[in-house]
Amino acid sequence: MSERRTGFAWLGRFALYAVAVLLSVFILAPIYLMTLAAFSSETDVYNYPKELLPRHLSWDSMDSFIHFGGVLDSLQRSVLVAAITLALSLVIGTPAGYALARFAFRGADTVRLSVVATRAFPIVILSIPLAVIFIRWGIDDTSRGVSIAHTALALPFVVLTTASVFAGVSPELEEAAMTLGCSRAKAFVRVALPLALPGLAASSIFVFIISWNEVFASSLLTLRHRTLPAEVLSLLEGAPLNFRFAGGFFLMAPSVVVILIIRRYLFTMWGRVLK
Amino acid sequence: MTTIAHEVTLGRRLRRWEVLPYGLILPTVAYLSLFFAWPMVQAFKLAFRDGGAWTLQPYRTMVHDARFGDAFRFTLLLVVVIVPLQFVLALAMALLVNSKLHGRGLFLAIFILPLAVSDLAAGLVWQSILTERGYLNTLLEKIGLIDQPYIWLNPTKPNQLLGAVVVAEIWRSTAFVMVIFLAGLQGIPKEYGEAAEVFGAGFFQRVRTVVLPMLKPSLQVALLFRIIFAFEAFAVVLAITGSAKTTLATEAWRWQADYFNSHVAAAYSALILVLSLVSAGLVVWLLRTPKEQMLQ
Repeated sequence: MSERRTGFAWLGRFALYAVAVLLSVFILAPIYLMTLAAFSSETDVYNYPKELLPRHLSWDSMDSFIHFGGVLDSLQRSVLVAAITLALSLVIGTPAGYALARFAFRGADTVRLSVVATRAFPIVILSIPLAVIFIRWGIDDTSRGVSIAHTALALPFVVLTTASVFAGVSPELEEAAMTLGCSRAKAFVRVALPLALPGLAASSIFVFIISWNEVFASSLLTLRHRTLPAEVLSLLEGAPLNFRFAGGFFLMAPSVVVILIIRRYLFTMWGRVLK
Repeated sequence: MTTIAHEVTLGRRLRRWEVLPYGLILPTVAYLSLFFAWPMVQAFKLAFRDGGAWTLQPYRTMVHDARFGDAFRFTLLLVVVIVPLQFVLALAMALLVNSKLHGRGLFLAIFILPLAVSDLAAGLVWQSILTERGYLNTLLEKIGLIDQPYIWLNPTKPNQLLGAVVVAEIWRSTAFVMVIFLAGLQGIPKEYGEAAEVFGAGFFQRVRTVVLPMLKPSLQVALLFRIIFAFEAFAVVLAITGSAKTTLATEAWRWQADYFNSHVAAAYSALILVLSLVSAGLVVWLLRTPKEQMLQ
């Protein structure tokens, strides 16, 4: 009986590992193959059957992608837009996150709920009136305009994640600093902020990626001055395979690297949001 | 004496702080009012008003558009196929990572990798695999299942296109569901599962009777978000199917970007909003815990 049980237990364990490995392959293989495809030479891209091992790596596809159409310009613009979005949403959103984490004020729940509720109103709806409004304001087809839209998208995220991060920093520490003679602002800057910094950094990196990834609003708000995803999307129809592969890799790689970097802070960041 | 003085100053400070939280949230409220709430009102106006009068003309144009039926069906199909499949996968992933398996940390690190990948990138990733001279055909030929490349992304085979988009979306967005599940699982006391085990409950029985009921709040949150996001499917469909398949979001985009008709585009986006909110609300309502079953 006991022997049969351990036999079953062993089999069950093996099955668990098999499932875990299968799921891992499902996640990893596409990342690997996309990387392989992006770094194959332009002739290898059209070769069949394909090489499954990295034997003939080459910069050709990446090189021609970067110099294709307006890709290089749009790459710079994407970084600029993401940087403005990051600065705007952090400066505006972090104080609100701090307020939600520290103060039990009337209306706090309403604010929190409305901020969560913005996620139900997708960028798909927001972009269309913004496109009309921005033309009226004369900021259509500008990085400023796209940053404004991306900030509207990223701000709720910043408020909720920074609230979660500050909630993880004990308020007693700030109070102790204040009894020792710090002003409220000084206690925040000298005590709460340094302790919250890793979580805030994780949140900012994520904001950067939100902007880096966003394609719907970007492509509706711009015409000639596109961000990278919008540029890739507009060139997609009729683009050669090597362009698609290198483009796919270029858009995918930062997101994967970012998750590797911030995975430790994921639950600090989202802990309260998810509950 | 000193303590009283201390309390007085603290009390005065507290009162002074009362305006502070409002001051801190003011920039956020102002920004979201100007660049979120107000544009939403404008979107509503675009969809229902033209030249100062109420109108349903954008909706008539939308419904009579040749691509409307296709977009409507394909969007619904995507939601209905993707969400259940990815919830099963996400549950498996979360349970694996939450088990006592050696290397669970590594598995978690792998499972969350696609968390921040965009739908455009995911579409291009899967295109490199599924294209005629791509990696899937190479693999199938190497193990001898096919002897010439098969056209997976065949514009005349809608089921294959659907399958391709479904696989790409599941690959990309299951990590999001898993993270929510994992946070929920970690809130379930280990004793519950252990108690069930002592009374002889097998693995699947434990999942059904202990884990799933306790996971219901996480399940609802994940469903709410995933259903809303799934209704926005756009770039992944363009990247994989070209113009062979279309979605409601793609049509909204096309009417705005190609035809410069903001009214019809807004009508499409309002339809997306209503559909996603109604179906997300419906699913969450169906999953509600009846009062008599609520734990004390």
